[in-house]
Amino acid sequence: MADWIWVGIGGFAGAVCRYGSVTYLGKRFPSLIMPIGTLFVNLLGAFLLGLLTGLDANVQMILLLGTGFMGAFTTFSTFQYELVQFSKQKRFGAAGQYLLLSVVLGLVLAYAGFELGKGL
Amino acid sequence: MIYLWVGLSGILGALLRYEMGRWIVLPGVGLFPFGTLIVNLTGCLVLALFYTAATTRFKVSPPFRVAFGTGFIGSYTTFSTFCKEGIMLMKDGHAGTALAYILISLVGGYVCAWLGVRLGSFKSVQTAGEGH
Repeated sequence: MADWIWVGIGGFAGAVCRYGSVTYLGKRFPSLIMPIGTLFVNLLGAFLLGLLTGLDANVQMILLLGTGFMGAFTTFSTFQYELVQFSKQKRFGAAGQYLLLSVVLGLVLAYAGFELGKGL
Repeated sequence: MIYLWVGLSGILGALLRYEMGRWIVLPGVGLFPFGTLIVNLTGCLVLALFYTAATTRFKVSPPFRVAFGTGFIGSYTTFSTFCKEGIMLMKDGHAGTALAYILISLVGGYVCAWLGVRLGSFKSVQTAGEGH
């Protein structure tokens, strides 16, 4: 039951921070082709989850910050929905760029975060 | 107020993802992260279906759209765990499993999102066809 509380608190905060970031960045950079909000939360979240994993945090911290916060702060479904929207508009170049930026940078940042955390 | 609905839906999404991860334990599949894969693929299908149906088939209030789509499904699926699992598999010398996991997640997620859009607009396409 205690695990639900950690995941729940993290989930609340992660979802609110994602919605706030995506809304703010969408207004701040309205002319960008890339969905900058989703890209930002996914890349930042991948880095921070890598960092948390490298730090070898205790179970409560992993449930609160990893499963709860980072899990909710980042999103896979919106990312894929945006890719399908790009394809429907026949903007395949933008779709390819968005896909590569998200996945390649996400993996690199998760790895960088992990190595950084291990070194701390 | 909308932040409260997003947060509360985010709790539900995160808890469902957590429980799914604990329920989906397939024997004999080794290291492959099936829990995250199934969570992400089902989330892609439901989000695309919901967003599409909510514009073509029925009306939902904007706060409900944000609470369910951004809050609930957005928190249910995860990009950070997907990246972390891919990296951990590679780091531990399972490059083949890592590559398979990444490709199945990306291709599967796209197919599920595409299927969701098709399913969500199915009736309106049919209705448009009847007009001819």
